[in-house]
Order: sequence, then C-alpha cells, then structure tokens
Amino acid sequence: MAKITLSNLAHSYKDNPISSDDYALKPIDHVWEDGAAYALLGPSGCGKTTLLNIISGLLKPSSGQILFNKKDVTNDDTSLRNIAQVFQFPVVYDTMTVKENLAFPLKNRGLKPDYIEKRVLEIAEIISLKSMLDKKTQSLTSDVKQKISLGRGLVREDVNAILFDEPLTVIDPKMKWELRTQLKALHKNLGHTMIYVTHDQTEALTFADKVIVMSDGEVVQIGTPTELFEKPEHTFVGYFIGSPGMNIIPAKINNDKATIGHHQIELNNKFAKLDGKIELGIRPEFIKFSNDPDAIPVEILRIEDVGHYKIARARYQDYDINIIINENDEFSPEMKGIVFDKDKISIYVDDWRVEQ
Amino acid sequence: MKKTHNQKAWFMVLPVLILVAFSAIIPMMTVINYSVQDTFGNNEFFWVGLEWFEEVLHSERIHDALWRQIIFSAIILSIEVPLGIFIALNMPKKNGLWTSICLVVVALPLLVPWNVVGTIWQIFGRIDIGLLGYTLEQLGIDYNYTQNTFDAWFTIIIMDVWHWTSLVLLLCYAGLRSIPDAYYQAAKIDQASRWSVFRYIELPKMKGVLIIVILLRFMDSFMIYTEPFVVTGGGPGNATTFLSIDLVKMAIGQFDLGPAAAFSLIYFLVILLVSWVFYTIMINMDKENE
Repeated sequence: MAKITLSNLAHSYKDNPISSDDYALKPIDHVWEDGAAYALLGPSGCGKTTLLNIISGLLKPSSGQILFNKKDVTNDDTSLRNIAQVFQFPVVYDTMTVKENLAFPLKNRGLKPDYIEKRVLEIAEIISLKSMLDKKTQSLTSDVKQKISLGRGLVREDVNAILFDEPLTVIDPKMKWELRTQLKALHKNLGHTMIYVTHDQTEALTFADKVIVMSDGEVVQIGTPTELFEKPEHTFVGYFIGSPGMNIIPAKINNDKATIGHHQIELNNKFAKLDGKIELGIRPEFIKFSNDPDAIPVEILRIEDVGHYKIARARYQDYDINIIINENDEFSPEMKGIVFDKDKISIYVDDWRVEQ
Repeated sequence: MKKTHNQKAWFMVLPVLILVAFSAIIPMMTVINYSVQDTFGNNEFFWVGLEWFEEVLHSERIHDALWRQIIFSAIILSIEVPLGIFIALNMPKKNGLWTSICLVVVALPLLVPWNVVGTIWQIFGRIDIGLLGYTLEQLGIDYNYTQNTFDAWFTIIIMDVWHWTSLVLLLCYAGLRSIPDAYYQAAKIDQASRWSVFRYIELPKMKGVLIIVILLRFMDSFMIYTEPFVVTGGGPGNATTFLSIDLVKMAIGQFDLGPAAAFSLIYFLVILLVSWVFYTIMINMDKENE
C-alpha cells in the first residue's frame, strides 16, 4: 500500500499541445493518502479515465511526475507498479476456472503452489466466491465476473492501490447496490488505497471518503460528500451533484446584500467589490415556500412528485428555480413566495465560490 | 375466431422450391441418373445398378488420388493456419495508413483469379524464364516441377500458401481486433507473459473464426482443381493428380460418364462427412468449456 503523489501532472493526447484546450488533463497536484477511498467524479470526457490510466501506468503523462510513496514511477511500466485495476467491462480469462483466474497473477510472479492455493482460498472467502471456485468463468454473470477481476487484484498482498474504472456500468441495478456495499466493506477490512472512477454521483458519494470532481480536464473540487453538497467550490459541482442540482442565479452583490431581479436578499457575509460574472447559488433543499410579504414572488410552473418529496419547478422573472418540498414542509399552492436559507447561500465569481 | 382454410400458403414457398430445384435437385438428379446407367452412345442408356459405385470404391487409381488429396489438405492446413495466426498477431493494431496498406497488400492474392494464380506460378517456377526456377537453377539447386515429384508438390503447396494464407490472416485479424484493450491491460497488470496472453486471451477469442477458417480451408483445399491443373496438369505422372483432376480426366478425357458420376457423388459425400465431423468436434470443444 502506498501514498500516491501527483506532482504538476498533465496530459495531452496531441503531440504538440499549445492552448490549454489541447489538454485532456490540465495540470494537477494531489496526494492520495494511503488507505483512503477516493472517487473521481465527472461527466464523460472530463479526463477522469485519463487520470486513472496515468496512475496505473497504461498512459504516460505529457508532463509532471507521479510518485508511489517516495519513489518516482512516472516512467515505470504497469507491471512494475503493483497496482490492481477493475475495468468497466469485466475482464476474466474465459477458458480458466474461477480458481485459476484468481491464481493467475500469483503464478505469473512465480510464487509457491501451496501459498497460491492458500491465498486464493482466503480471497475467495472474502469476495464470497468460494462455492464456485471450480466453475469455468465463461458462463458466469457479469457481477460475478467483476468480482473475479477484483479478486485478481486482491490476491497480491502488496498491491499499492486498487483502481476502479466505472466498474458497475454493466451490472444489473439490483446487484449494483450489493456490490457497492461489499466494496465499501472490503475497503474497511483490508484498508487498500482505492480510487473509483464514476459519472454516477450516488456511487461516488456512497463509496468514497473523499470525492474529486472533475470537469473539462480540470479538478474543480476535492472534498467530503458533505462539503460537496453544502459548499460547492464551483458552479459545476453545484449543478452536477444533487438532484436536481443547485439553482444558479445571476446576482448583484453590494456589501452584505444580494440583488436578483428586483429583489434584495440579506447575506451572512460582507463582500468586497466583486468583478466578473457574479452568481448566487442555492440548493433546492434550502429554499422554502412562505407567505411572508418579503419573500421572492414566483410563478409555479409544475410540481413533480418523486415519492418521498416533491420538486417544484418555479419561475422568477427570467430565472428557473427548483424547490424541494419535503413531506413535513408547509406548502399550499396559494403560497407564491420563496425564501432562501441564509446560511446555505453561496456566491460565485466567474464560477468559483467566494467567501467575502 | 373463425379460421379460414385454404392452401394458398403453398404459393409462398413456391419460389424457394423452384430455386432449390434448379440449383440443387435437378443437377444432382442428372448426376445420380448417370451413375446408375451405362451408355454406348446414340443416347441409349441401360440400367447397371450400383456397379459403377463398386468400381469406383475398389479403384486403386482413385484410392491413390484420395490419399494425395488428404495429405495435401493436411499439409495446407498445418502451414496456413499457424502462419496466418502468426502474421495476424504481428499486424499493426491501431487504425491508420500503415494498417490499411498492410491489409491491402495482404489481401491482394485473394483477388487474383484461380487460373491466373496457376499461370503466375507456372511461369514463376520455369527454369528457363521463371524468377524462382531460374534463380534456383543458378544457385545450383536441381529444381524442376515438371519432372520431379517433390518439386511439383513443393511448388503447388507454396502456391496455395501464397494464395490462401491471407484469408486465414484476415479472419484472425478481425477476431483479434474485437478484443477490448482492457484485456491486454489486465494481462499487463497480472504480469502475464506473451505466451499466456496468446494462450488465454487471444486464442480463446479467435476460436470462433478459427473454426470457420479451418472448415473453409479444408473444403477448398480438398476440392482444389484449377491451380495444380494449370501448373502441373496432374503430373509428373500422376504425382499431383488430386481427386477433382482425376474426376475431370475420367468424365471429360475418357468420357466415362457413369463411373465419373458415381465418383462425383462419393466425392461429395466424403466432403460432407469430413466437414460434419470437423464441425461436430469443434462445437463439442466449445461446449466443454462451459
């Protein structure tokens, strides 16, 4: 197991990158702490798989360094890095049995047969495949195959990190939950450094201690799930995480007051004079309907019932605003005003959050 | 609901029936017709029963041709299949100009008509004007495919390998290209050797196309006629007289229509039988893996 340090790492698929648009992965500095579970979250094409492949050594970065503990492995081949990777589509050796699959990485490393036997049984126990050790892998379902490919990573005792590249994409919805829970438990018991790439926010937030949100080849925020929810550092994080995402409304800021449209809202903090594109962000969860005469008057377009809560799609002047109405919230269709929770308002300048 | 009973549906299958009749049943019946009759010309035929079949089955000349045919197919398969796989493994894997050039160059022999292939090698091997024959001659190697049995076989086998290895190669290459990158990456992580990658990833993924390739190459080589006929005409002596060359000699050269018809039917059944055995063995191999 190892601490992984990325130092000024960047990658471009072009030979001679000129502008920053040419980079699939913009310069990043980050330390992956030993034994932590991370999720790399972002939409398709944001550079998360590129980053993962650089860590695993399948891709050589255009610039920068990558260190395992204190050793520079930037130019080391995948086979020398001692990492495990679980791919989007389950990779198993079709003609082998489950047992042979699990033993394969150990056999290739020339370990003793009785050790291999013992170790394979141990791992099969952990990933609950013990009952099907002698089955051929060809006819197994994809969730079992995915477990086998995870198992092939786990059998090596000295793996530096386990990397997951959207491993649940092809798994049945029912099995997804189960596998995810098992992964989480596995992480707790074995304490490997795990890096999990996904575009699914639920997967990322439930799996990881820390989530790294990426957009356009750039890391926009690194934080715990709570931080991402309550204080999105970038408007992208705001609307990408949450369902529906954060409401982002153009605003004017004057000291401790924000103006949206014709309406003025009090803020907790005092702000210096801000230049650029200024926006106010508030999550639908932190807006309430009210009869207060000071409330922002909105027109309710429609109400969607998603079971345990309702989403109100409303409009204030030119701005669409989503509001989540919980079961015990006061709400009647006559209520035409909304108020924001003062503590939960974020102010963004050119998409980045500012505190004062 | 009331069902209407009529026989109109038969008209729907009529086109197929007519097609099959003209493409298979009628020609086949003609052959069967000849195989049980004898003629002395003047369009007079009389019934001989299974006499021709007995004659063909006991004919030493046909036995020899059959053995030559089996040996030829065996040699062809054991050279072309491994060679095709080997070249396919070494083809460039990424799309690009270089890949396209390789594919076109490799596919060229497949586009040459069969008798042209024969002519090319017939000239190529001649010791007076052919590049191959002349060069060997100058190197002091005694090479003459019109007189030496070994040289005749050598020329025909090299010719077939040149002509058909591309087919094996292209199909295997298609099979290889369908393997996702993740498999190679996983193998790297598992520290698999080059041999293991071939044995456990590439070969299993190519198995489907290999079955088809072997079957196709077997059937084609077992029926080969044009190329050896153009190059050696079946000689020297009968050294390269394969089944179909022998058959044509019998039917057109000697005009023995009866025995030739019986021979054709047996030939057809042999190919059918061997193909069926091949197919069954390979399908069963596939099932064992599950």
